[in-house]
Amino acid sequence: MADAVHPMKLRERYSRQVLFAPIGEAGQTKLTTARAAVVGCGATGSALASLLARAGVGTLRIIDRDYVEPSNLQRQVLFDEQDAAESLPKAIAAARKIAAFNSEIVVEPHVADLTPANVAQLLGETDLVLDATDNFETRYLINDHCIEQSRPWIYAAAVGSYGVTMNILPGETACLACIFPAPPRGVVETCDTAGILNSAVNLVASIEATEALKFLVGARDKLRRTLLSFDVWTNEHSEISLGRPRADCQTCGARDFVHLAGDARPQITLCGRDSVQIHERSRPVDFAAMKVRLAPHGEVRHNDFVLKFLRAPYELTLFADGRAIIKGTTDTAVARSLYARFIGS
Amino acid sequence: MKLRLNGDVRSVAAATLAALVEELGMKADRVAVELNREIVPRARWEATALRDGDELEIVHFVGGG
Repeated sequence: MADAVHPMKLRERYSRQVLFAPIGEAGQTKLTTARAAVVGCGATGSALASLLARAGVGTLRIIDRDYVEPSNLQRQVLFDEQDAAESLPKAIAAARKIAAFNSEIVVEPHVADLTPANVAQLLGETDLVLDATDNFETRYLINDHCIEQSRPWIYAAAVGSYGVTMNILPGETACLACIFPAPPRGVVETCDTAGILNSAVNLVASIEATEALKFLVGARDKLRRTLLSFDVWTNEHSEISLGRPRADCQTCGARDFVHLAGDARPQITLCGRDSVQIHERSRPVDFAAMKVRLAPHGEVRHNDFVLKFLRAPYELTLFADGRAIIKGTTDTAVARSLYARFIGS
Repeated sequence: MKLRLNGDVRSVAAATLAALVEELGMKADRVAVELNREIVPRARWEATALRDGDELEIVHFVGGG
């Protein structure tokens, strides 16, 4: 049946995009075999995955470590109230939503935190990596991997009313570390501290999606080679030419991949979220057995993907691979001790 | 001294790029600066003198998404 309707795909579903001459039928055909990774599926990732899936990118790998919460619904366009009520992992919820509007593409959801240990596997065999994360650490990890593997990637981020994005073409343009040698130190503004306008983050995602389409249809000469920023509230915008890779860059000049060599970040604070992520080690969890074990100590509920354990003032969300997000503290020692006490050390 | 900053004319007291970033209340590890269409690496900000009419583009490094 799918084969029988194949000629309809270009004519009907993608007809308005095929009419756009720089894409045309040739570009649309290239998209069907294209493979892109979307790292993070919050506001940027939702918009990006939605746009690229609707545009017909053949395979989308969606990687996200988090679950849907009510505060996400203001801007994360792939999710709904039911997803938040079920605390569905964002990667799973995204795959389900996409399947409802484009069942002809392949979505590979991964409920995982991108780490030095899994980055080669999770980003491997993709044409393009699209940053939609909410933190600097993961971006430097992506930069290291992509420079090492000569895999193009696109940086995109937003906070408040401000959005910023740049295309990184290894060997051709400056990389993230050429422009910003190291992650900012100390407290940084995040969507959870400075807030976020849904229009700012959706605009940055739209620009990123467009650059991705240009790359995937082979229109490399049309790719923007600048670091672009805009503030949708103040109307200020600025743009910096990236230039060539810098010879004195630690990453693309010296090829010293410190973020790839880093520890697997066993526990990290999810900045501004009043949460800590614990990833002691990867081990499958039997949710039914865990529910029985935790029931005497607090409220427990689970679905196929996550188990929630509520014990005031903490809320522990456990994923199937043993990773947990503990809400109610930013103290990693407290989080580790809760994890050891209730889940196991 | 008058500069063109992100397209707008601004009067500033700073004599160097490092001083300008500070005068604007920005943190050095959170901005990229282009002076007259050339990116200036952070290590050279202290030694980079500003001149009347210089054109600067400053982009913030943000992490949300």
